[in-house]
Amino acid sequence: MSTASPTTDTQKRSFTTSAAVYVNERTSIAGFIKELGRKAFPDHWSFLLGEVALFSFVVILISGTFLTFFFQASMAEVHYDGSYVPLKGVEMSVAMASTLDISFDVRGGLFVRQMHHWAALLFVAAIGLHMLRIYFTGAFRKPREFNWVIGFTLFILAMAEGFTGYSLPDDLLSGNGLRIIDGLVKGIPVIGTWTSFLIFGGEFPGTQIVGRLYSLHIMILPALVIAFIALHLVFVVVHKHTQYAGPGKTQQNAVGPPILPIYAAKAGGFFFIIFGVIALIAALFTINPIWNYGPYDPSPVSAGTQPDWYIGFADGALRLIPPGWEFVWLDRTWSFNIIVPLVAIGIFIVLVLMYPFIEAWITGDKREHHIADRPRNAPTRTAIGAAGVTFYAGLWAAASSDILATHFWLTMEGVIHALQAVVVIGPFIAYFITKRVCIALQKKDREIVLHGYESGRIVRLPGGEYIEVHEPLDEYDRWRLVSFESYAPLMIRPNARGKITAGQRFRASLSRWFFEDRIAPVTKGELESGHGEHH
Amino acid sequence: MAQDDNSGAELAAADSSHAAHESDASPGTALIVQDAFENPGFPAHRPRVTDENPQREKRAQRTVYTLFYLSIVGSLWAVAAYMLFPMESNNAGDVRLNNLFFGLGAALALLALGIGIVHWGKSVMQDVELVDERHAIGGTPETQAAAVKVFTDADRESGFTRRSVIRNSLIAAIVVFPLPAVVAFRGLAPQDQLPVPLLSHTMWSKGTRLTLDPSGAPIKAADVTIGSAFHVIPEGLTDLEHGKLDEKAKAAVLLMRLEPGDLNELPERKDWSYDGIVAYSKICTHVGCPVALYEQHTHHLLCPCHQSQFDVSNHCEVIFGPAKRPLPQLPIAVDDEGYLIAQSDFTEPVGPSFWERH
Repeated sequence: MSTASPTTDTQKRSFTTSAAVYVNERTSIAGFIKELGRKAFPDHWSFLLGEVALFSFVVILISGTFLTFFFQASMAEVHYDGSYVPLKGVEMSVAMASTLDISFDVRGGLFVRQMHHWAALLFVAAIGLHMLRIYFTGAFRKPREFNWVIGFTLFILAMAEGFTGYSLPDDLLSGNGLRIIDGLVKGIPVIGTWTSFLIFGGEFPGTQIVGRLYSLHIMILPALVIAFIALHLVFVVVHKHTQYAGPGKTQQNAVGPPILPIYAAKAGGFFFIIFGVIALIAALFTINPIWNYGPYDPSPVSAGTQPDWYIGFADGALRLIPPGWEFVWLDRTWSFNIIVPLVAIGIFIVLVLMYPFIEAWITGDKREHHIADRPRNAPTRTAIGAAGVTFYAGLWAAASSDILATHFWLTMEGVIHALQAVVVIGPFIAYFITKRVCIALQKKDREIVLHGYESGRIVRLPGGEYIEVHEPLDEYDRWRLVSFESYAPLMIRPNARGKITAGQRFRASLSRWFFEDRIAPVTKGELESGHGEHH
Repeated sequence: MAQDDNSGAELAAADSSHAAHESDASPGTALIVQDAFENPGFPAHRPRVTDENPQREKRAQRTVYTLFYLSIVGSLWAVAAYMLFPMESNNAGDVRLNNLFFGLGAALALLALGIGIVHWGKSVMQDVELVDERHAIGGTPETQAAAVKVFTDADRESGFTRRSVIRNSLIAAIVVFPLPAVVAFRGLAPQDQLPVPLLSHTMWSKGTRLTLDPSGAPIKAADVTIGSAFHVIPEGLTDLEHGKLDEKAKAAVLLMRLEPGDLNELPERKDWSYDGIVAYSKICTHVGCPVALYEQHTHHLLCPCHQSQFDVSNHCEVIFGPAKRPLPQLPIAVDDEGYLIAQSDFTEPVGPSFWERH
């Protein structure tokens, strides 16, 4: 800002300008605003999923802060003496009693508690959908691989946040959840028994766990989530947002409304809409009615126990193990009914985490990618994604196996066996179907480019034949259908020392698997060489 | 279409090939099509209704400020509802009303505000679209070279690579220094206890009466009718000052009476039951949920957490689900007064499996 003639300037300046100058001369913020304020931000509904996640996290922070003023993370025993008559005099922990007080004795407390819980459910769901969007459009490719890893870490942190929060009220349902964690940890070879002993501060349930989860829930995990979100967003700015293929959009540009004012207005307004939707749900629908469950007691449990939705896949994985997977060997217990689900989920997580690097290795593509793929144009990737979704969905559904059985009048055993099939065979079926559907859709796209789209106009030819007139696409619509790249399978070649390494062989076989079946985009030559002539 | 100030020149509608500054980056196995279509460039800007029709624009403006006023109404409504719907009457219905009306007011305030702002952005603000040029994420080669030079200079000046003894001892010290902090976390669990002995014993011992959960009333064998099931805790559990739940988490028992003919007892456990009355640990051998569901006519126990099923008539062996081991049996007898008592503690650890169990 100019400092040449301050007296005359000051007289002409409006209040806003003066204030801006005042702040800038102490913060140097002008450079920042000049750089960011008018950045173009590509626009698409699917780009909002990440915003839903971010904004529901803000709602979680706001509502959670309110709750900390009332919640007491102590497992000391008290006799409940609040407003909820059916539990009067019942022995429970201070944590449970203070949660009941938030619900029944603090005006608006139940509303904030329900908002917090609903927002948490939405947070994890939105991250999951956001990740699926990133995956299926290939938005994880260079230069965004690290951001994929950061985002996936956030997904796991969000689940940890959810589980620790869910366990805080020390009610019957969450206590049984902790009991399952205890059993799970104890089943881990070598370190399990001691790990459980340390987590619970002695025997299960002990008197420590709620306080410890509280430290995690309101301090350590939120700090990590905030740090990772900050990192995630810094990278979004550094990389600029991806955009879908479209006329005028290239790998070298980013097209969209400027951050100030349009994007800021839309995103800012969207924050209040998300906040409002969560508030509306919290006003209308009960979540986690702990007063119906009662305080934790290791003896009772109700039928149809369910974890919060995002823990379902892990609970379901436990349920799907067939009987008898536990052995005593070398005088030690090997709980494969615990180890196998843990390892299977661990492998799944590592594969998801590593996928960008695996695909980059297979294609060998070192260029930056800023145009998001249409899922059909990467058939193998899309099919792998569908297989992964099927695997996850099978595990997830298994967490409700008893409810499925009772609702649909099926046998418990039948549901479990069917879901075992879904988890083991389902991914292969989903892979096969999805790949074929993608290739069929690509063929359809080619046909539309070559022969035009159906105009709905029926014409009778002199010979009596009826045909539907196909209209050629204009160049803008055509561009959307032809602007993608395909990859060829890797040809193995000897390296500099004249050798073909095992790694290259492996890479070539993966590359064949990925790109053997492929559809290339229509070229100018193909269109001109008269493929469309028979109309 | 407006240009972003840092992109400089008018951008030609380029083809889809990748940024020129990294044309040397390998495309891997990507097929570069020679006669691909060219990017047709941006289509003509389409004005919105509000751009062309001043009346519609006016209406959009009216909608926006109406929504903002509506938001104020919602906020005030929530404040009013906070005062108008008290919940100090010990009546759960009042809580529901407070939650509903306070929440609806807040929701109206937020939704109207949000929709208003978005509507402003979409219909009233100028429909500007900008084009930003992307730059290689790695920066220019000069920048990269300068960064490399920083590290080489720092390395040379510090001797980090050259003075390997200093460097390696530094790394060793850094690896070791967190150890005290790690060790301190041993204090998470009591120092004077070990997990395995604790997991191997429960409150049950010779002569402990079986009592009802939660009242603690002792149970007469004569009161246990055929087909009935009782939730049982050891006598004295309810009087414990400390660790009540810890003990209960191990000692909870299910007591059932079957027709003696339906019981298929192991030879060594013939005298563990009393007249068809059997007692089994209620804690699932899978991950420890209470096996609380008893199906009377099949004599099956079901764990509601992961659906393990145990057959009471066959010494609680697993017939379905992820559990492996049968539920441990508590040997019972009857004392002089006719009350059910334990003959001893469980003869094996109850609950979920753990590594040192064998």
